[in-house]
Amino acid sequence: MRALTWHGTKDVRVETVDDPEIVNPRDAIIKITSTAICGSDLHLYDGVIPGLQPGDILGHENMGEVVEVGPKSTLKKGQRVVVPFTISCGGCFHCQIEQYSACENSNPAEKQDASTALYGQPMAGLFGYSHLTGGYSGGQAEYLRVPFSDVGPIVIPDHLEDDKVLFLSDILPTGWMAAENADIQPDDTVAVWGCGPVGLFAVQSALAMGAAKVIAIDHYPHRLELARKLGAKVINFRETHVLDALMEMSGGIGVDAVIDAVGMEAHGFAFDNMLEVVKQKVGIGADRAHALREALLAVRFGGKVSIPGVYGGLTDKFPTGALMEKGIQLRTGQTHVQKYTKTLLEKIEDGTLDTTFLISHRLPLEQAAEGYKNFKEQQDTWTKVVLKPGMEATA
Amino acid sequence: MTSHDDERFGGFGTAAGIGLALGAAALGAFLSTRSQPRRDHDGDSAPGFTQRRSFGKYDVTGRTVTIRKPKSELYAFWRNFQNLPQVMENLESVRPSQTEGRSIWTIKAPGGRTVEVETEIAREVEGELIAWRSVEGSEIDTEGRVTFEDAPGERGTRVGLIIAYRPPAGEVGRLLAKAFLREPAVQARHDLKRLKMLMETGEIATSARRKDQTRAAQQNQQENA
Repeated sequence: MRALTWHGTKDVRVETVDDPEIVNPRDAIIKITSTAICGSDLHLYDGVIPGLQPGDILGHENMGEVVEVGPKSTLKKGQRVVVPFTISCGGCFHCQIEQYSACENSNPAEKQDASTALYGQPMAGLFGYSHLTGGYSGGQAEYLRVPFSDVGPIVIPDHLEDDKVLFLSDILPTGWMAAENADIQPDDTVAVWGCGPVGLFAVQSALAMGAAKVIAIDHYPHRLELARKLGAKVINFRETHVLDALMEMSGGIGVDAVIDAVGMEAHGFAFDNMLEVVKQKVGIGADRAHALREALLAVRFGGKVSIPGVYGGLTDKFPTGALMEKGIQLRTGQTHVQKYTKTLLEKIEDGTLDTTFLISHRLPLEQAAEGYKNFKEQQDTWTKVVLKPGMEATA
Repeated sequence: MTSHDDERFGGFGTAAGIGLALGAAALGAFLSTRSQPRRDHDGDSAPGFTQRRSFGKYDVTGRTVTIRKPKSELYAFWRNFQNLPQVMENLESVRPSQTEGRSIWTIKAPGGRTVEVETEIAREVEGELIAWRSVEGSEIDTEGRVTFEDAPGERGTRVGLIIAYRPPAGEVGRLLAKAFLREPAVQARHDLKRLKMLMETGEIATSARRKDQTRAAQQNQQENA
C-alpha cells in the first residue's frame, strides 16, 4: 500500500510499504477514506518528539471502511468507522472508569519503560506517534490495522459524510473534554488561549455547554476570525494587554474558567526541553509557560483551569503561589476519546456541532508531504489538512 | 529440614535480606533454622525487595501488578506452569518432569541455546500463593513466589511476583546473564504486563503491522537464523 512515512526532521515521504494484516483476534483492518494532519504531527515533522524510527507511518485522525475483521472484532465488513487516536482495551481498570487514554494494556509491554521513567506509570498506545506510545502504524495510508476494534471505532451512518465526522477521532473530543474539564456553568466567562483546532473546538464546546461569554486569545487574524464566527469575543495578544483586558471583560473579578490550548497538539508530548521547542515551533509568540502563567493569573479565586495543551516535560517559574492561594480546580490530560464519541456524534447529527468549517485543504494522500510543509509554514490559512487516499492527484 | 536444603543454602549465610525480601513463605524452612537472627524490615511497610540493599549472592527482584480478574482464575492459570511461556518471553516451554510434582523449565539463551531448570513446588496455598524452587543439580539456582490478593473494590487481584536467583558460574552463566538474568527486574515487569494483557484482553498487545513482524516472530527468526 501507499503510506506517509517519517524519515527524519522535515523529511516525510509517501512510499510503498507492506499492507497491514490481522495480527490479534480483536483487530480489524480499515481502508482509509479520510485522515487528517494534526498539529502534533508537526512535532514529529520537526523531529522534536523522541522515539520515532525511519519508516514509521504517521497519522492518528483516521476514518475509513472496515475491510477485514479478526474473530473477536465486533465490526462488520463494509461499515464506516471513525477510529479514536487513543488505543484502549476496554477491560483494564482505567478503561472501566472511562479513563480510556490511560489504558494499561494497549502499549506493548516492552515499550512501556520509557514513559514510566518520565511519568511514573506508562502511557497508553497511540496511533502513528512515537515508539514510547507503542510505535503503532498510523493511518496516513491506504489501510490501517486497528487493535481492540470492538472498543475504539464508532460506526458512522451512511448519510454523514467524512468531513462532518472525521474530527471525532481526536480534536473534537479533545476540545470538548477541555471545556468539560473547565466545569462550565451558565453564568461563566471562559477564556481560551490558542485558536488552533483544539482551542476553536473548546470555544465551540464551551458555548454549547452554555457559557455566558467565551474569550479566545491568539494572534493569527484568520484563526481569531474563525473564533469570532463561532460566537467568541477575541483578543489579539499582539495588540492588547491580555490580563488587563480579561479583568475588564470579566467585570473586575477575573474569568471563571481558563483553558490553555496553546499546546493545541493536545495528545503529543515531549520532554525536558519541550518549553523551548514550543517557543520555537508553535509560533504563537508567547511561550507556553507564559500562557499558563497568564491563565493562572487571569482565573478568578475559586475558578477552574483546564489544560488540554501539551506539557510533556518540566517547566520552571511555575506560579505555585497563585495555584495554591487562589483555591482553583485544575484538570488536565489526554483525551478519553471513546467516552465522548457517541454523544458528540449525536450532536453532529442533530446540528449542534459542525466542525467542517475548520478544514482548509483536502489533498490526495500522494500529496501528503506538501500538506505537512504548508500546514507547518502557513499556519494562519492552512488551519486543517485532510488527506483522502481515494482522491485523484492534481498537477 | 533435609540435608538437601542445608546444602542448597550452604553459601547463603550473608544474605539476611533475602529472607525479608522473599518472606517466610518461600524460604520458610530456611529461615526457621538459620542461626543468624532475622533482622526485621521494620522501617516501613514497603515490600522487602524495594529496599535499598543487596541480598548477598542472590539477586532478588519483585513486581506487583493489578489484574481485573478473580484471584481463583489467575491462580489457576499460573498453577498450570505450561501456560507461562505465553507471557514469559524467555521461557520456551515448561513440561512435567519424570519425578512426580516437578517441572522442567526450558529457558532461551543466545545462539539458539537453551538451559533447563527442574523445579519443584516449595509451597502452595490454593488461590493465594505458589512458590517454586530449582532442585539440586539444576543449571540455575533460583526460587520464585507468586501471590494473589484481592485488590480493593472492583479492581480485581494484586499479583505479586518475587524471583531470587544466584547467577551461575562459567559459560552457561555468562550466556544466561546475557539472555535472561542481567535484567530480571525488567523481564519480570514485562512478563507480568503480558500476563495482565492476556487475562484482561485475551491477547498480548503488539504494534506490529503484520504477523511476521511481532516481537515473538522476530525472536524466533533470529534464533533460527
